[in-house]
Amino acid sequence: MKTVRCSILGFGAIGQGVAEVLLMKKEYLKSIGLEVLVVAVVDSKGATINPEGVDLADCLARKRTGGTVAIEKLTGVEVIRSVDHELVIETTPTNIVTGGAGLQNMFAAFETGKDVVTSNKGPLTLKYGELMEAAKTAGSNFRFEATVGGSMPIINLANEVLAGNNLRSIKGILNGTCNYILTRMLEERASYKDILAESMELGIAETDPTYDVEGIDTACKLVILANAIFGLDATYKDVEVTGITKITPEALEMAYERGHVIKLIGEVSRERIHVAPRLVPINHPLAVRGTLNVASIDTELAGEITVTGKGAGPIETASAILSDLVAIYGNR
Amino acid sequence: MRVSMDIELKDVPGQMLLALQPLSEFKANLITVLHHHQKRTPRKTVPVQLVLETKPENIVAIKAKLEENGIRVVRVGEQRFRESINVVLIGHVVHTGIQDTIDEIDKTGFAEVVDLSLCMPGINLLSSALIRIDAVGKEDLQKALDILKEVSVKKDLLMVLPIDIHA
Ligand SMILES: NC(=O)c1ccc[n+]([C@@H]2O[C@H](COP(=O)([O-])OP(=O)(O)OC[C@H]3O[C@@H](n4cnc5c(N)ncnc54)[C@H](OP(=O)(O)O)[C@@H]3O)[C@@H](O)[C@H]2O)c1
Repeated sequence: MKTVRCSILGFGAIGQGVAEVLLMKKEYLKSIGLEVLVVAVVDSKGATINPEGVDLADCLARKRTGGTVAIEKLTGVEVIRSVDHELVIETTPTNIVTGGAGLQNMFAAFETGKDVVTSNKGPLTLKYGELMEAAKTAGSNFRFEATVGGSMPIINLANEVLAGNNLRSIKGILNGTCNYILTRMLEERASYKDILAESMELGIAETDPTYDVEGIDTACKLVILANAIFGLDATYKDVEVTGITKITPEALEMAYERGHVIKLIGEVSRERIHVAPRLVPINHPLAVRGTLNVASIDTELAGEITVTGKGAGPIETASAILSDLVAIYGNR
Repeated sequence: MRVSMDIELKDVPGQMLLALQPLSEFKANLITVLHHHQKRTPRKTVPVQLVLETKPENIVAIKAKLEENGIRVVRVGEQRFRESINVVLIGHVVHTGIQDTIDEIDKTGFAEVVDLSLCMPGINLLSSALIRIDAVGKEDLQKALDILKEVSVKKDLLMVLPIDIHA
């Protein structure tokens, strides 16, 4: 049995999802020879630490009733530096302007020779090259499947499963909120504003939906794909971005009458990174509905490969984090 | 019938007139003239591409008349629209002159707007239009889209293109 000691930095929707999945998958992990021991859980107020392994069920209960897991006033970086472990699971909020706590956490993790698995796009969109370099210098593993498309496998699919194929482009819907809004506008023949309000009520759109509806979130995910799959050194500035705020129900309806839906499509190739609303034939593999994400990879040998799945949600996203964890420590 | 005609003019004044005279004589409707001023053929002539609308039975006579006028006719072909796409435009479509936008494309001769649906939900609300553009070939379609893109930027219209088009 191999023991993997890890910290969970950020204990919001995703951090808690990871805790639940680790509890749920304890037996499975054992069956592949892994014992995952969470030695620290950190939120914005502080940390719970136990070198023998914290009680995850208790952390979840305390977070849900008391709003925090903080027992000791330590930050993520302090935990990384002072508590012995191999893996940092980084699930703090995305900040694409400064990189936020996530960027500090990742650099600190690599400085101390730790592996990182994350769902946090911010640091990767800002400083992909530097982070990769730091991971490489430290000999650390760095995996981030959960940053793009939530549960939907795309980075590992392209780089590992499709290894050897020359990939030409990836096109898809990488933001569930925009997909939901456009789907509902057509169904209800309702205005962008009304459906946005509905999405907020349902918790599908955030209170400040700017990043989603202006296409910024999609652009960030494309930057990660451009760097991780196409080997570019791109940042957000390299993306041409148009969002969905101008889309009208009339446009959706006219398009539908001619057999098309309108979707916010992200597209990345070595030549170009681009986000814009596009006309998609109703029976096209990318014409998925609701909050689903989807991506089509244009490959040299295998033709078009399309994957679709839930782009968000705690358990769904934790599934991608778990697969990264197993990819690093399983069978070794 | 719509015909495209590649001709070559000698590089001396008055040639264009000699080229156009047979067209008016046979009442052909001239749609575009692409005059490649900078280009020269190996024969030192200037290549010109004409697109015209005329009765099929007049084509042979027009060609003969051009040659009589000393103009080399390199190629005559029926112009067919092989490419077709739908494009959505959103914004103050009518307000900013939809007809202008259509004219810009129609006057190329190699592409035209063949269908237009328009929806204006109310004053101060964004209008939406769906247009179909037919073009002779893929490159022509791309050129038509470039024109449309330029117009859209100028008029602050959102242009929604099909997914398989290189935007
Ligand atoms: N939600 C999804 O479906 C989804 C899908 C894919 C990727 N992601 C990404 O995953 C990450 C987490 O998302 P989420 O939905 O779980 O966000 P969230 O619910 O807002 O949780 C963020 C967590 O990070 C904690 N935190 C904030 N600042 C911190 C700091 N300086 N140090 C340590 N912890 C800090 C917060 O503490 P408090 O609890 O004390 O506020 C909270 O526990 C984000 O980067 C997001 O973009 C989310």
